[in-house]
Amino acid sequence: MANKILAVLEQREGKLKKISFEVSKAASEIAEKLGGEVEAVVIGNEIEGVENVGGYGISKVTVYKNAELDKYSSSAYKDILAEHINNSGNDIIFFGNTAMGKDLAPRVAVKVNAGIAMDCTALEIEGGEIIATRPVYAGKALIDVKLTSEKKIFTLRPNVFNPGEPSDAKAEIEVKEVANPNLSERVVELKKSEGKLDVAEASIIVSGGRGMKGPEHFHLVEELADLLGAAVGASRAVVDAGWRPHSEQVGQTGKTVSPNLYIALGISGAIQHLAGMRSSKYIVAVNKDPDAPIFQVADYGITGDVFEVVPAMIEEIKKLKES
Amino acid sequence: MKIAVCVSHVPDTATKVIIGSDGKSIDPSGVTYVVNPYDEFAIEEALKTKEQLGGEVVVISLGTDANKESIRKALAMGADSGVLLKDENQRDSFGVAKALAEEIKNQGAEIVFFGKQSVDYDNSITGQLTAELLGYNCVTVVVDLKIDGNKVIAEREIEGGREVVETSLPVVITAQKGLNEPRYASLKGIMAAKRKTIEEKEAAPAENYVEILRMKKPAPKQPGKILGSDASAVPELIRLLREEAKVI
Ligand SMILES: Cc1cc2nc3c(=O)[nH]c(=O)nc-3n(C[C@H](O)[C@H](O)[C@H](O)COP(=O)(O)OP(=O)(O)OC[C@H]3O[C@@H](n4cnc5c(N)ncnc54)[C@H](O)[C@@H]3O)c2cc1C
Ligand SMILES: Nc1ncnc2c1ncn2[C@@H]1O[C@H](COP(=O)(O)O)[C@@H](O)[C@H]1O
Repeated sequence: MANKILAVLEQREGKLKKISFEVSKAASEIAEKLGGEVEAVVIGNEIEGVENVGGYGISKVTVYKNAELDKYSSSAYKDILAEHINNSGNDIIFFGNTAMGKDLAPRVAVKVNAGIAMDCTALEIEGGEIIATRPVYAGKALIDVKLTSEKKIFTLRPNVFNPGEPSDAKAEIEVKEVANPNLSERVVELKKSEGKLDVAEASIIVSGGRGMKGPEHFHLVEELADLLGAAVGASRAVVDAGWRPHSEQVGQTGKTVSPNLYIALGISGAIQHLAGMRSSKYIVAVNKDPDAPIFQVADYGITGDVFEVVPAMIEEIKKLKES
Repeated sequence: MKIAVCVSHVPDTATKVIIGSDGKSIDPSGVTYVVNPYDEFAIEEALKTKEQLGGEVVVISLGTDANKESIRKALAMGADSGVLLKDENQRDSFGVAKALAEEIKNQGAEIVFFGKQSVDYDNSITGQLTAELLGYNCVTVVVDLKIDGNKVIAEREIEGGREVVETSLPVVITAQKGLNEPRYASLKGIMAAKRKTIEEKEAAPAENYVEILRMKKPAPKQPGKILGSDASAVPELIRLLREEAKVI
């Protein structure tokens, strides 16, 4: 039996999120290796640029449309997806491991009786089966898993599956109007943290720890982050002290991140902090204690005072931008 | 109102992971087990909900005898009774959710709290699976909760902000840090917990959909370069980030 693979795309405020391209590309690569067809689905109202996932190997996208579906609703989205999966006979389904994917994928799994592997960081084929690698114990170990159910759901960690450059191909789009979405759970308001980039989505993160000495010095962290187009992160020590909001906490009980660049300023590198950021592609540490454990995972380190080094970094990057 | 809270019993977050002899799980020797950190927020919210609406809080945990320690902790914080669903074997989240759903139905609980994630396997799905098996509404990663009659308003954390979700009872809520400040168990609470009952029953068997083939350690990082001990190292750092790492 040929596989019927489905990529579940994600939109926010009518725009496809970056994870949609990552999931599209990963799903089409699996379809190629395993044999089978791949299609995509997205739920919302007016959504821009859906045809562009064609550039990542998706030939057809079904758009489920209703003004009420513009904002997320677990109940409506899970019903629509389960019906789509059952009608199209999809047996392998990919979601992004985002706030939406984490909420939705297990609900759909129950409705279509699928096994589920969350937060996958690698997908391989062994003996005609998908073997997914996923971090456990906050990345202190990895497990390779196989799903033994007929239908299989995988959620993919953002920023890990590189979609590469798209081709010019455009996907065919079929729009289906949804008549009476099940709104027993629905988002009535979206509260955006104004203008700020979230650590879970940023490709560069500048984080500050207790070594920053007080909330009044975090303007240094913010300025460096702004110059780099980065998100601001924090250790738990500074979140617990009330210097920074919990949404910025990186670590085992904060957010798990894997940006291209993680800059740790005055952070010791406790095991729970490392757990949340050690899979970053490049790590820079500035800490005046040469024995701080953060240096064991850092690619580049400066064993100096943040109050000297960070202003110098800001100056150097400003110079770079002007040249 | 019957309120349930599901707790998992997991290795302390400071645990150094050593892979066990089966090559599929961690070596448990020397590991300290604790109440899953997010479940402390779930327990606290269950107690606050009881204080608001009246009723009873039952703590449910699936696992071995060792899980009684975490149930006992919830009882010491103020929960009324506990249930241990016994299973010596490891099961996947689907299997855990099936047994939990069954027990929640038995208990007739209409408000159910979970942690957003267990810090062992980091699945973040047991609450959602259980809700769907029960046909309950569900809001995940909740940082603010209001229950008014049948109506539930919960704020959940998402990338770059929060969603305000409106739904109704019966409901499953998965707790995120920030929802509340978990109380400490008082001495009186600890003494009282000794007299509260923990009912033990065999967890209904369930099929596993997830097969763990192997556990491995992440590839060790190359030792990094220390570029200097003061601001004079900064130009070299920026050059490396541009030319070697190509990340800025
Ligand atoms: C259940 C549990 C969960 C946890 N979860 C998390 C989590 O999710 N995330 C997390 O981060 N932590 C977590 N922790 C806490 C963790 O154990 C550490 O306490 C915390 O990460 C320390 O934060 P820090 O590095 O900012 O502070 P510290 O450990 O105090 O380190 C400060 C560092 O700054 C350096 N420094 C001081 N002054 C300067 C200066 N002028 N210039 C340069 N360097 C300087 C010092 O040398 C030191 O290394 C958790 C702990 C527990 C028990
Ligand atoms: N064995 C278990 N017994 C009771 N509750 C559990 C168990 N495993 C997970 N949970 C609950 O489900 C939540 C999410 O766990 P997980 O899906 O494993 O990340 C936890 O925070 C607990 O509230």
